[in-house]
Amino acid sequence: MDAVEGESKYYSTQGMPKKEEGSSVGIKVLFFARARDLTGLSDVRLEVPFGSTASDCLKELAVRFPGLEEIRQCIVLALNEEYASESTVIKENDELAIIPPISGG
Amino acid sequence: MDSGGADAARILSEIKGLKATKSDIEAKISALEAQLKDLNCRNDAVSSNGSCPLATSLDSGLGHGLSPEMIHRYSRQLLLPSFGVQAQSNLLKSSILVVGAGGLGSPALLYLAACGVGRLGIVDNDEVELNNMHRQIIHTEAYIGRLKVESAAAACRAINSTVQIVEHKEALRTSNALEILSKYDVVVDATDNAPGRYMISDCCVVLGKPLVSGAALGLEGQLSVYNYNGGPCYRCLFPTPPPTTACQRCSDSGVLGVVPGIIGCLQALEAIKIASAVGEPLVGRMLLFDALSGRIRIVKIRGRSLHCEVCGENATFTRQQFQEFDYEKFTQSPLSASAPPKLNLLSGDSRISSKDYNERLKNGEVHILVDVRPEHHFRIVSLPNSLNIPLSTLEKRLAEISSALREAEGQRDASLYVICRRGNDSQRAVNYLHDIGFTSAKDIIGGLESWARDVDPSFPTY
Ligand SMILES: [Zn+2]
Repeated sequence: MDAVEGESKYYSTQGMPKKEEGSSVGIKVLFFARARDLTGLSDVRLEVPFGSTASDCLKELAVRFPGLEEIRQCIVLALNEEYASESTVIKENDELAIIPPISGG
Repeated sequence: MDSGGADAARILSEIKGLKATKSDIEAKISALEAQLKDLNCRNDAVSSNGSCPLATSLDSGLGHGLSPEMIHRYSRQLLLPSFGVQAQSNLLKSSILVVGAGGLGSPALLYLAACGVGRLGIVDNDEVELNNMHRQIIHTEAYIGRLKVESAAAACRAINSTVQIVEHKEALRTSNALEILSKYDVVVDATDNAPGRYMISDCCVVLGKPLVSGAALGLEGQLSVYNYNGGPCYRCLFPTPPPTTACQRCSDSGVLGVVPGIIGCLQALEAIKIASAVGEPLVGRMLLFDALSGRIRIVKIRGRSLHCEVCGENATFTRQQFQEFDYEKFTQSPLSASAPPKLNLLSGDSRISSKDYNERLKNGEVHILVDVRPEHHFRIVSLPNSLNIPLSTLEKRLAEISSALREAEGQRDASLYVICRRGNDSQRAVNYLHDIGFTSAKDIIGGLESWARDVDPSFPTY
């Protein structure tokens, strides 16, 4: 995934002790409705490379849970309970909610 | 003993008949009472100095239009500083349409009638069924088999005879939606299917009506207000409809009764806020209710999409386009969500009716019966001696079928039957079994539902 991880530690001269380029960020993904059925989980921890977008997270999730492909075109994303487009960059400890519509009643 | 049983049956049937007549008469009385009140009010209005306690346009000189009886009835709302007489008066002058008198519509209608909306419309063409009762709390047992609209209207009138209740005893379609929705100020989507949700949202955009949209399934609910105060429409959020596999029905996936109840109450609340012009409606936000973990999350959602095909900047979605739009084709699912369409995957000689299967059973034919329903369905009820191998696990558990067949007759040609709830998954299973060499596999047409209907009426259905 990221071959330069070992090196990048030594490039860090800008006083950014933890999350410099090359390291990864850990986020919590929340699944709702059909996404919950397809993954069998209501939430999961996800590690993605620093600088990843919401879209990158979805790609990573699709690898771990191929079933999610079913609803890929029909979900609303929320990052820390705020609206997020797929190009939004993810930060450490963010909470990404994956919300497909429910139609029952 | 025997004559005692017959007597009990006769009495029960007489009670049932009388109850039906009673609820009929009650419905007629309450409809007539409403008519009479309407009539009196109109006459009084004409004779100008009469005082109608229920007049919707009566003015006591205070400008709020509330009669003495209304002031008493709604006093606890009038006492609320942030609601008060002005909001109550707004409510009285407003009209709200609830589409669907089911799990969401039941509590929504009860609260909207109780709180004093001026005119309340109900659209539905379904009948009340026993398996609705656990969540559709507006209906009573006496109404089983009768139209939900009649039942809901009677309940609303019984709670508040001063509200004008309008019964639309028809399914909402593109042909009648514009006309029906145009008569109301606020629309509440309490339907249970994807095409209905797109159709109602589009119609609200075309007519410029606020839409209070709720949904519930299993142990989760969703709520938002669309097409209001510059906020998004349903299509802004979900331009591409979910695939049919993701459009689950309560009749397949199940739903805990109180979950739509909670969402329906919140829908009533949002509709009241809009109609009475108080508070901050749930625009640009979506409420997510998770019953199992006891969590309610409210997430900000996108604003109106400039590229939305219906409400976007360059959208030209007209009334005519709306009427010609095929919502069932768009979502690949039917507007009526009660039962899935019947598949027809197999040729006639690969299928057998439940009656014929019963004959073979009685004749002692050596066979294996595989039930491909999910395990939690199998635990509700199953046929004796059936082997539960859920469709999703069939591929991995073929060895169990082979060994059961071997055991059954010690040779290869014991028959193999497959059953499910309604006869669709069993066809998929037989198709697969044929492909991998179990060429004698037969599907029992119509599944356990047909067994209950044609062979054993005492067999439980769900
Ligand atoms: Zn839109």
